[in-house]
Amino acid sequence: MSDALTVGAPGRSGGHGPGSDPFALLGLPRGMSMAPHVLDEAYRGLQARVHPDRYADKTDAERRVAMQWATAANEAYRTLRKPLLRAKYLIESAGVGLGEQDNTAMPAEFLMQQMEWREHVAEARAHRDDKALRHIEHAIRSAEVELWPLLESRIAEADWPHAADVWRRLRFLEKLHDDIEDVRSALLD
Amino acid sequence: MALLQIFEPGQSTVPHQHRRAIGIDLGTTHSLVATVRNSIATVLPDEHGRVLLPSVVRYGAEGVKSVGVEAAARQAEDPRNTLASFKRFMGRGLADVTRTHQGDLPYEFADAPGMVQIRTVAGVKSPVEVSAEVLRVLRQRAEASLGGELTGAVITVPAYFDDAQRQATKDAAQLAGLNVLRLLNEPTAAAIAYGLDNAAEGVYAVYDLGGGTFDISILRLTKGVFEVLATGGDSALGGDDFDRRIACWAIEAGQLPPLGPRDLRALQVEAREVKEALSSRDRARFHVRLQSGEPVDLTLDTATLESLGANLVAKTLKPCRQALRDAGVDITDIQGVVLVGGSTRMPMVRAAVAEFFGQAPLTNLDPDQVVALGAARQAHLLAGNRSGDDWLLLDVIPLSLGIETMGGLVEKIVPRNATLPIARAQEFTTFKDGQTAMRVHVLQGERERVEDCRSLAHFELRGIPPLPAGAARIKVTFEVDADGLLAVTAREESTGVSAQVAVKPSYGLADDDIARMLRDAFDHARDDLDARALAEAQVDADRLVDAVRAALAADGESLLSDAERSAIEARIVALVAARAGSDRSAIREATDALSTATDEFAARRMDASIRSALAGRSIESI
Ligand SMILES: Nc1ncnc2c1ncn2[C@@H]1O[C@H](COP(=O)(O)OP(=O)(O)OP(=O)(O)O)[C@@H](O)[C@H]1O
Ligand SMILES: [Mg+2]
Repeated sequence: MSDALTVGAPGRSGGHGPGSDPFALLGLPRGMSMAPHVLDEAYRGLQARVHPDRYADKTDAERRVAMQWATAANEAYRTLRKPLLRAKYLIESAGVGLGEQDNTAMPAEFLMQQMEWREHVAEARAHRDDKALRHIEHAIRSAEVELWPLLESRIAEADWPHAADVWRRLRFLEKLHDDIEDVRSALLD
Repeated sequence: MALLQIFEPGQSTVPHQHRRAIGIDLGTTHSLVATVRNSIATVLPDEHGRVLLPSVVRYGAEGVKSVGVEAAARQAEDPRNTLASFKRFMGRGLADVTRTHQGDLPYEFADAPGMVQIRTVAGVKSPVEVSAEVLRVLRQRAEASLGGELTGAVITVPAYFDDAQRQATKDAAQLAGLNVLRLLNEPTAAAIAYGLDNAAEGVYAVYDLGGGTFDISILRLTKGVFEVLATGGDSALGGDDFDRRIACWAIEAGQLPPLGPRDLRALQVEAREVKEALSSRDRARFHVRLQSGEPVDLTLDTATLESLGANLVAKTLKPCRQALRDAGVDITDIQGVVLVGGSTRMPMVRAAVAEFFGQAPLTNLDPDQVVALGAARQAHLLAGNRSGDDWLLLDVIPLSLGIETMGGLVEKIVPRNATLPIARAQEFTTFKDGQTAMRVHVLQGERERVEDCRSLAHFELRGIPPLPAGAARIKVTFEVDADGLLAVTAREESTGVSAQVAVKPSYGLADDDIARMLRDAFDHARDDLDARALAEAQVDADRLVDAVRAALAADGESLLSDAERSAIEARIVALVAARAGSDRSAIREATDALSTATDEFAARRMDASIRSALAGRSIESI
């Protein structure tokens, strides 16, 4: 049976049920700037109104509706909680694709740096060297600190193609962070 | 019944009537039931004042002989027919059970499609039926104590239970005649009890090591919201494993000959007693008389116990690390560590937890009762007993869900630790030219290969239009509800051909099985309830008609077309006519018909009500 399936286009997730705009659903202004506690409170406030547990003694039909809203609330929160996902949503909903797999648009210099970091991570893993890992993390963080204001201003200016370029670079760095964490867990277990 | 409250979304229509609701902790070794009385959660004892019901069922030729203390006391006497720790078999196949237990269980297993079964003198029993016996005893205890029929129950499950195990638990509860308000994760239940009692705020870890399962959950508690950030665990790791190690130690240290099932059970029972004694002493005597008459007389000290159990304790720490990482919190963010489960009484466990989290765990609660107490509070809330200090619970799915793709790999669709409820879809396409059917294999687990994940269901989507390979667009949607239970639908987008599966077939019982067991269970219990049933049907019919009429008067104009409206009115007329007679089933049928006919209307009213509540929100928050 396994030959019956091939994976199609990468994950198109199910649309938001009640309205598809996470900002609107959570009652928040559209944009990058958002204090975490404001988002958290908006999310909890929304769930407090729509969660099916609030309607546990109601009919199936009503609970189905509540469940659609609660599902949409979770999806909206997930989309907005991490700044990189929030930026992704803003860029994509402006009609610009991020082509995560495609790195041809990256400057060669940036790609070289990536490769170098990756090699360092592999070495640190081989030598079980947590200090080296911390060193790389520090370097990545400095790179991120430079890129974030750039991403935010591109988005604020609605310069979507350039925003997408910066976004792709930040996404690269995020993946590196994940790899480092994986190495760290592997060293501990 | 739920029908009656339809028409005032968001408000309880029966304000002051207390609804009897219970929380049940269905444990590997012990089970118990609790309820909320006069706003206080309390456990309910049996007629001898005992709260904990050993999860042990003893069968005789006639059927169930005893459940609980008596059954537990006679385990070694008739090990094949005295079933214990059967929670470990819930939703598990024979292969799983024999792999994790390697023949140290005295039962005679029978393979069955889906779930392993156990051969007893009373016939072949599924773990679902055995669990239902325990639940039935607790239901009766609660009914006797609360003086009447129950509105519903919250049943707890290990947070790390997968879909098959959850479904099996829900089936067991239904089989025991319980209306399941919710399956609640055990550590979450503990957090509710702890959080409400201590007005706790911040990020907490709940470390739950019971008889057969281990869970770790990381939660954030904020003003009336319990938000699970991540969970992890091992659904086959608990106190039983320590017992087994001690029994093995005794076999070696005592140089015992090969033993039969009675002796093995006797060793495990003694192992458990010795282990528990060593939580408050340095050494304890291990004494058993074998069937042969030969005595086994040994001494176990804490140092030896610690070396026997060290890697079991270590096995709990890896899920702790993973859960912290998934939750995105640092160990220093943890405000407190709540200990749950009898096995956390072991000093070696406490020491390991304290060292890992860098703080002494909280021990000001009873690790045996806290889960049931939390479940009781949630049940009280879900049954509609509003008290003004309502809370909201947001839990997560413990294990990723996905489907099989090329080369025996699993494509994840719902990631672990996503907040429930959740719906996710993924598009797939056909592999061959003209392919008209597609098999979908649903799996749960973190590993990449199909054989390393749990198979939940297979189904086939037929009638795909014959197109070149890669041209069909098949959207597979996973929906997981607040109980953590999955429903899957698949749809070919260009034609709309769709298939729906309740994820039961390959694990858990088929609906037919449940229906049969329910019939068996109730056949002899069908008393002369007919008169009462008729009166109830009439009352329900009257209430529904009143509610629908009121709803039509309020929103019929704005939310329904003329045709929809007259369809509903026709059903009202039919119900009123049936109500005038004394045919109970005709009244029920007409009631159901009206209820079904108003489903869409109820949904629209609900949607409108949420929208207006949210519109109010933006005004408030400006
Ligand atoms: N004082 C003690 N010292 C050590 N272990 C103990 C002590 N008291 C109880 N236990 C162990 O705790 C386990 C039972 O714990 P508990 O009742 O919390 O589990 P359970 O709820 O039945 O199981 P689970 O939650 O895994 O389904 C048994 O293995 C028992 O031996
Ligand atoms: Mg337990």
